[in-house]
Amino acid sequence: MTAPAAERSAPAAPGAAVRWTDVCAAGDLIPERGVCALVGGEQVAVFLTHDGDLHALENLDPFSGAHVLSRGILGTRGGVPTVASPMYKHVFDLRTGRCLDDPSASVRTFPARLHRGRVEVGR
Amino acid sequence: MRLVVVGHGPAAHRLVEALRERDTAGAWTVTVIGEEPRTAYDRVALTTHLEGADLAYPPHGDEVEVATGERAVAIDRAARTVTTSAGRVVPYDALVLATGSSPFVPPVEGKDLPGVFVYRTIDDLDAIRAYADGRTTGAVVGGGLLGLEAARAIQGLGLRSGVVEVAPWLMPRQLDEGGGAMLRRHIEGLGMAVHAGTPMARLEAGDDGAVARIVLADGNAVDAEVVVFSAGIRPRDELARGCGLPVGERGGIVVDETCRTEDPAIWAIGECALVGGMVYGLVGPCFSMAEVVADRLLHEHFPEASTAVFEGADLSTKLKLMGVDVASFGDPFAGPETGALGVTYTDPVAGVYKKLVVSDDARTLLGGVLVGDAESYGTLRAYVGGNLPGAPEQMLFGGTEAAGGDLPGATVICSCNNVSAQTIRTAIAGESLTDVPGVKACTKAGTSCGSCVPLVKRILDAELTAAGIEVSKALCEHFAYSRAELFDIVRVRRITSFTQLVEEHGTGRGCDICKPAVASILASLGNGHILAGEQAALQDTNDHFLANLQKNGTYSVVPRVPGGEITPERLIVIGEVARDFGLYTKITGGQRIDLFGARVEQLPEIWRRLVDAGFESGHAYGKALRTVKSCVGSTWCRYGVQDSVAMAIRLELRYRGLRAPHKLKSAVSGCARECAEAQSKDFGVIATENGWNLYLAGNGGMRPRHADLFATDLTDDELITYIDRFLMFYIRTADRLQRTASWLEALDGGLGYLREVIVDDRLGICAELDAAMERHVAAYSDEWRDTLEDPDRLRRFVSFVNAPGTPDPSIEFEVEREQIRPLLPIRPVTGAVSR
Ligand SMILES: Cc1cc2nc3c(=O)[nH]c(=O)nc-3n(C[C@H](O)[C@H](O)[C@H](O)COP(=O)(O)OP(=O)(O)OC[C@H]3O[C@@H](n4cnc5c(N)ncnc54)[C@H](O)[C@@H]3O)c2cc1C
Ligand code: SF4
Repeated sequence: MTAPAAERSAPAAPGAAVRWTDVCAAGDLIPERGVCALVGGEQVAVFLTHDGDLHALENLDPFSGAHVLSRGILGTRGGVPTVASPMYKHVFDLRTGRCLDDPSASVRTFPARLHRGRVEVGR
Repeated sequence: MRLVVVGHGPAAHRLVEALRERDTAGAWTVTVIGEEPRTAYDRVALTTHLEGADLAYPPHGDEVEVATGERAVAIDRAARTVTTSAGRVVPYDALVLATGSSPFVPPVEGKDLPGVFVYRTIDDLDAIRAYADGRTTGAVVGGGLLGLEAARAIQGLGLRSGVVEVAPWLMPRQLDEGGGAMLRRHIEGLGMAVHAGTPMARLEAGDDGAVARIVLADGNAVDAEVVVFSAGIRPRDELARGCGLPVGERGGIVVDETCRTEDPAIWAIGECALVGGMVYGLVGPCFSMAEVVADRLLHEHFPEASTAVFEGADLSTKLKLMGVDVASFGDPFAGPETGALGVTYTDPVAGVYKKLVVSDDARTLLGGVLVGDAESYGTLRAYVGGNLPGAPEQMLFGGTEAAGGDLPGATVICSCNNVSAQTIRTAIAGESLTDVPGVKACTKAGTSCGSCVPLVKRILDAELTAAGIEVSKALCEHFAYSRAELFDIVRVRRITSFTQLVEEHGTGRGCDICKPAVASILASLGNGHILAGEQAALQDTNDHFLANLQKNGTYSVVPRVPGGEITPERLIVIGEVARDFGLYTKITGGQRIDLFGARVEQLPEIWRRLVDAGFESGHAYGKALRTVKSCVGSTWCRYGVQDSVAMAIRLELRYRGLRAPHKLKSAVSGCARECAEAQSKDFGVIATENGWNLYLAGNGGMRPRHADLFATDLTDDELITYIDRFLMFYIRTADRLQRTASWLEALDGGLGYLREVIVDDRLGICAELDAAMERHVAAYSDEWRDTLEDPDRLRRFVSFVNAPGTPDPSIEFEVEREQIRPLLPIRPVTGAVSR
């Protein structure tokens, strides 16, 4: 990982034009923790990893039905950046939203970027 | 020798990989012709493409030529060539057709209108997603396995969704009527409409010329601007038809049990093949066929290669739908005419329906259906065709915890990849595997739909136990050390941050196991506030918000009530806070009051009121001292011989905030009558005429353990010194999440050794342990007071970073017995990941 944090962003869904929503200042994010933002009425968990990557996931933990993923612990599993749901500890891939403990489950991901010192989530 | 493969789906991919692995001499040169614009991907997981998942299978080596976006259009059997849409003519010595199937679209009026889709490829999903943007209604035609998955997926795109099924109930091919009825309730519970039992008449367009509704035969209409057909599949056998190869009456390229067509140079595998009169629509049999053909292709040149045949396949299935457990296995429809008996179990409240079909002597399992709770799917499926280990009704009530070691070797554990129990056992022994990821990588078991993973884990555990292999003490994949070893590393090397520890002594970036464990070690060693600096990122949500997470995402609040003694004024404050914030209140077993239902942004306001009234954090959220319970003791009780309340308060104030490998509980009783139940606590104190008796390592909970009597007739100071040392020694040497009870049971030398360490100072560490406790006592400050004084920390207590004043709208309550109770939107899937 060599690119400066400001230029990094998670990929947008192919083909779709992305509408960016300003969420907070870059400084509002604590490395390796999440925050939750309301984006177009939806709850989106936004995470900053220790090496400066941004990830945005649906905040709903599919196993409990509670909107809590933003409050999970970040980490890695075999090199994959992850968040563990605080509810029943299922671990999700931050890049794809797939649940690594139960391949039949996943959460949606959103593009996210740092833009002029602000954190933005796309839809 | 030239092998040409037409189609690049899962079956083709598996064939090429199997051949590459076994054709070590390089006898075959492989060319793949695939029509989709991309190489093979995991179609089983297609729906997750909408969530951004990368489904691509790993590429074959460079020696395999793969053409994408090119369709095979004709086969010349005499010349042995395939002509493609790009005008290429590709010669072959062997040709494998792996063209899969296409969704069946019934010839209904309006089927070609804009807005009508199928659900088969990545391109289909991209088209649906693009079209759905800005539209509000959708429906899926077909209430089978795939239809339900598709209906849920378009709901996820923001459409009001439903399914139209001509049969009288959902998943008619897998479920019986009772199961179908229960499934309907679950689907409707997810907010999808179900229209079953009425055929479709036509699709109608709206003013814009695009589809707007589905009209049913009874005249009712279902609004749908997006219509997805999922009404079965048809094998893609057009190439075979074009060159005169026989196909089945209802489609499918006719092959023998080796998957060879009438033309010895041409084979067919996967969903396009008709083998034994069947077309298989599940990936497991497709993989098996690929394996068979790989072997056969080699057999012609290496006679020692396997001559396996395709023997049919298990059609057990599990629905991949979040929030709904549905599974069927074996033959769930076998009826009394064949001597089969059905045993059913229905729990309408929990939405559970289970049915087992057994032979007339109730010993052999023939099949079954599970709706609402499919936990036993893996185990039950493994028993199909074999003897049940217990009575059927016992199996239905979840008594299906097969030990894993008991399953017959031939039992198929993973039906997607056709892996038997024996294969898994051989791999575990042969490759010295010790974890599930290892077994998955080595045997492919559990790598497709994943439903057999719990069973794989049980087999693994049984094998390891049988082999006497000690399961690794490593904390997790990031640290090769036990918690006690890490504690020593942190202590001796004076490590002050997780980053330093993981960089110098670990790998990766940690996880929800090691981060809180390291946070606890740092806290036990007195390295500052648990929310200061980098430490904040290590804590689990309870420690992060200094409150206990409850099932609906709200938190509970427990103020400390030392010794259970509380003034009326303070009781009133708790009551007022609960009333003003609408919290549910309950008295705990630890003589305190728990306030439930607080949203994160309310926590600081609640605590400001509590702190102003003199309350402190009760650390109910932490792996720390919880409470020191007491009886009323000699002050009031006619029998009491010491002031148990005063001692309990003194102990609680001394050890409050002490972080440990697990929670710590204590109690003090004023006489031998033991009203405070001190012998069930981590450290319990019982008054005697001459002082105090100290009991250690008791436990209530799941595995109750009576505490051991450690020392008798102690003075106040002796008592405190011994408890200090006991706690510090435990904190230093215990494993992660090990309570004092199991720690003492595992301690070499047991209670006698503990006495030598604490009383006789055999290890010469007592001075160190005493000093560590003194540091803790001196450094204590109330975490909640500190937090309220720190604007930076307070900023975390919002539901939404971009709308700090907005409460989480998903949190709702109803009223029961005059108090709130959580209302959950989706029926939760129970069962936590155990690690
Ligand atoms: C949404 C969805 C969910 C599913 N879930 C499950 C599940 O949970 N469990 C399960 O077991 N199965 C499931 N399946 C079924 C599983 O995906 C199929 O059984 C499997 O994909 C069949 O593999 P195949 O290689 O035979 O055919 P396919 O995957 O259909 O691949 C055939 C390929 O050949 C190409 N092709 C066809 N004709 C030509 C030609 N003339 N020239 C060049 N290329 C051609 C096609 O475009 C296609 O790419 C699911 C399927 C879908 C659509
Ligand atoms: S333990 Fe003894 S002192 Fe305490 S309440 Fe019971 S009888 Fe009284």
